[in-house]
Amino acid sequence: MRKDDRQPDQLREIKMKLDVVTAANGSAEVRFGNTVALAAAYGPRTLFPRHLQESEACRLRCRYNMAPFSVDERKSPGPDRRSVEISKVIRLSLEPTIFLEDFPRAGIDGFIEIIQADGSTRVTGINALSLALASAGIPMKDLVTACSVGKIDDTLVVDLNGEEDNNSQADMAFAMLTSKNLVTLLQMDGILTKDELMELLNTAKSSCEKIYEMQKSVLKEKYSGE
Amino acid sequence: MKTKEIVLPGDFIDEREGRKLDTGVYLEGNKVFSKVLGISRVDENEISVIALSGAYIPKVGDKVIGVISEVEISGWSVDINSPYTAFLPFSEAVEEFVDMSRTDLSRYFDIGNIIYCRVSKVTKNKVVQVSMDDMSAKKLYGGITLKVTPTKVPRMIGRGGSMISLIKTKTNCEIIPGQNGVVWIRGEDKTKAIETILTVEKESHTVGLTEKIEGMLA
Repeated sequence: MRKDDRQPDQLREIKMKLDVVTAANGSAEVRFGNTVALAAAYGPRTLFPRHLQESEACRLRCRYNMAPFSVDERKSPGPDRRSVEISKVIRLSLEPTIFLEDFPRAGIDGFIEIIQADGSTRVTGINALSLALASAGIPMKDLVTACSVGKIDDTLVVDLNGEEDNNSQADMAFAMLTSKNLVTLLQMDGILTKDELMELLNTAKSSCEKIYEMQKSVLKEKYSGE
Repeated sequence: MKTKEIVLPGDFIDEREGRKLDTGVYLEGNKVFSKVLGISRVDENEISVIALSGAYIPKVGDKVIGVISEVEISGWSVDINSPYTAFLPFSEAVEEFVDMSRTDLSRYFDIGNIIYCRVSKVTKNKVVQVSMDDMSAKKLYGGITLKVTPTKVPRMIGRGGSMISLIKTKTNCEIIPGQNGVVWIRGEDKTKAIETILTVEKESHTVGLTEKIEGMLA
């Protein structure tokens, strides 16, 4: 049993909400326990500055940002080394699903704001942005679903919270196109044996399937009528 | 509220079986999947998904409402509510002979003017040209414009124009729907027309919408 009374393979309570930013073409808020991510998707729209335009495809730009008040100790605002890297891996995890060739010269912007951070922020952000993109009507192969897995006290666990993340022997961020069975993000920190890695991948896949169902139902609810 | 069946990106729709694939779907092997969040349409000839949101992507032949955004040397730049700006060349807009070196093109169309035009050319890289060389193309004076989701414009027009003519007659308004999602309205009961159009947009995926709109306007 873990500190927050969860089983090793149990996700935290997940909440998803659409249309939280009215100015955006699509937006979503996703909560994994105490981690709250807000995502807004804009586009396809004319891309500026012009030199970034590609004549054959659309460009996806992602920004991951943590609010100064999202963590215990104030985080200095603005991009830093960590958030620039996370923005990049989020973009790389979403690019394979979007039909970028449908909109030459245009741009799609995705913004992720972490309002409250308690571990697994990048995967929460990916889940939120994937919902926001689908809600904005952007053509995609599949929704991208993400979750984190890791190893604490020699136990393999899923969906690490902040404290677990800090005291883990290994942690891994994982994103996939669930219905296609394609992995789009795999990052790991720490030490795992090959068997542990394979087991964690399987756990991550089955957790992603659960999250995928939630994403689907929240998108369908949007149009199912009150 | 009863709704039509909604599909999500990645949802399997049907086997292709030699049918034509229209918008909003993609093929993997012989299986057809949805690209967007929308309503699927499957019949013996065609498979398509009508998106419930998204930007307007110009297609040759579309009748659109645009706003002149720039006056250039040999034509005008037109904002057509899309990621791509359209160009209206002088020769496609004015029929009479004009000495271009002495004429300021803003005499014909100036920045902010609203036009109803036809998309005449779209290249592979989405360079768009529009034309006024069409029976219904014209400059629109007065009135107001309203933006709706482009994919819902056909529902707003209705089968054979039934929905739009219902709104027109009941509100006593002139309404021109552009396929790019811009609707131009001028006339007596504009507020009611806008309200009705926005209801159609919001509930375009529901069953029995025409009856509801009839009730609303009665």
